[in-house]
Amino acid sequence: MNPTLDMVLRAVGVLVVFMVLPLTVGQAEHKVMAHMQGRLGPMYAGGFHGWAQLVADGVKFVQKEDIVPTGADRRVFQLAPVVALLPYLVVLIAIPVGPHGFVGATVDAGLFFVLAMMGVGVLGSLMAGWASANKFSLLGALRSAAQLMAYELPMLLAAASVAMAAGTVSLPGLLSAFHWWWIPWQLVGGLVFFTAGLAELQRPPFDMPVADSEIIFGAYTEYTGLRFALFLLAEYAGIVVLCALTSVLYLGGWHGPWSGSVGWLWTLVKTGLLAFVVIWLRVSYPRLREDQLQKFAWTVLIPLSLLQIALTGIVKVVIS
Amino acid sequence: MNLAVASHPGFLSPTGVEITFVLVGLITLGAALVTVTTKQLVHAALWLVVALGGLAVEYLLLTAEFIAWVQVLIYVGSVVVLLLFGLMMTKAPIGRSPDADSDNRWTALAVAVLAAATLVWVVVDAFRSTWVSLGGAAQGSTEVTGEFLFRQWVLPFEALSVLLLAALVGAIVLSRRDSRER
Repeated sequence: MNPTLDMVLRAVGVLVVFMVLPLTVGQAEHKVMAHMQGRLGPMYAGGFHGWAQLVADGVKFVQKEDIVPTGADRRVFQLAPVVALLPYLVVLIAIPVGPHGFVGATVDAGLFFVLAMMGVGVLGSLMAGWASANKFSLLGALRSAAQLMAYELPMLLAAASVAMAAGTVSLPGLLSAFHWWWIPWQLVGGLVFFTAGLAELQRPPFDMPVADSEIIFGAYTEYTGLRFALFLLAEYAGIVVLCALTSVLYLGGWHGPWSGSVGWLWTLVKTGLLAFVVIWLRVSYPRLREDQLQKFAWTVLIPLSLLQIALTGIVKVVIS
Repeated sequence: MNLAVASHPGFLSPTGVEITFVLVGLITLGAALVTVTTKQLVHAALWLVVALGGLAVEYLLLTAEFIAWVQVLIYVGSVVVLLLFGLMMTKAPIGRSPDADSDNRWTALAVAVLAAATLVWVVVDAFRSTWVSLGGAAQGSTEVTGEFLFRQWVLPFEALSVLLLAALVGAIVLSRRDSRER
């Protein structure tokens, strides 16, 4: 195939995934949360079990007035949602979906690329919190910055363990080196990675930066309409990215029975299951306090990830 | 990496990559200048993001992919976040801060020019006739970088990590205050 056409097709594919999957996760969250709480959730929009609820929400958000507070720093305020959302779109390009080059683009240092981009997303909520000229927003931004600094280290260490095991930092390369016994071997690292990722996305139980009952949605307090919707979309896109990454790094991505033909389906199933866990945690865990979170990161997650690295190193030396 | 000078393509027939390199370099330089001259504190930090990101793009254009992503990960993702965190802890008002000016700006300028001159001189002297071919296989891939780092430069690498560890311990000692002293 013509390389330019190939590239365009891949880009369009990534864009379609980016438009569809986060909304699917959002809708799943509506329904799963509702059923876990003995409710039905949205039932009317679109007819069948309210499947079009988020589309209707989107239309509503677009129609709302876009308000910028008088005291706000206009340009930074308006730029922030884009900075929060774009990195996740870029990350999706590098995540392999299936075998035989079923990936947006093969990035040589894919693991670093993905983690770097995910860290950039936090700049969005920092900018939003500062530019809103609102004390609640500033508190939210401060909390997200503190959270990021506590969680980036264990996340990187856990990811480094997989890279050590595979001897490569390219995501398709990691998958082609995968064996089933990596799952128990890297289990601790996987748990650390997933937990740290949840904290980076500010999802419950680590949602102090947006805690609606204390600081009224933190950095997003002053946002309305489409820009607020972009922040929400960033959160769901973040869930998709985190779950896809965890399944690629720790659960073998497209590996599974008949992976040659339905490998992409395995990636989707694993990502979906992890997304379900993310939603489940939101329904069942109370929010941690900011200091509890810091303590948890520095005294539990970092030692665990260091332990995982040691284990990976020992096993690697023994089997080679 | 060390092609002969004879196959030097020359500077007067720039390729697309070279033109992009110069343009991104100008943007980076501009952002860096705004960073040090703007009177709005947080804007300075955000312009620093642009400057550091531009530098990452330059690395990418020179096929040093690994370095580029590490640049984004460490500088944009962590150092700037730390900087913003610190700024938000202080007042960091929206709008201009008239006192965001220093009396020793001329000294700072002199030091900056001197440092830049030294660095440019060292780089030019070290890589005088080295020519990176941008078309072929990546010469700054993770594998190549790793081999260089851990085969030829292990000692400096380890020395650096000891230095950083010392800095870390020093920071903890300095910031820690005994409860009895208060």
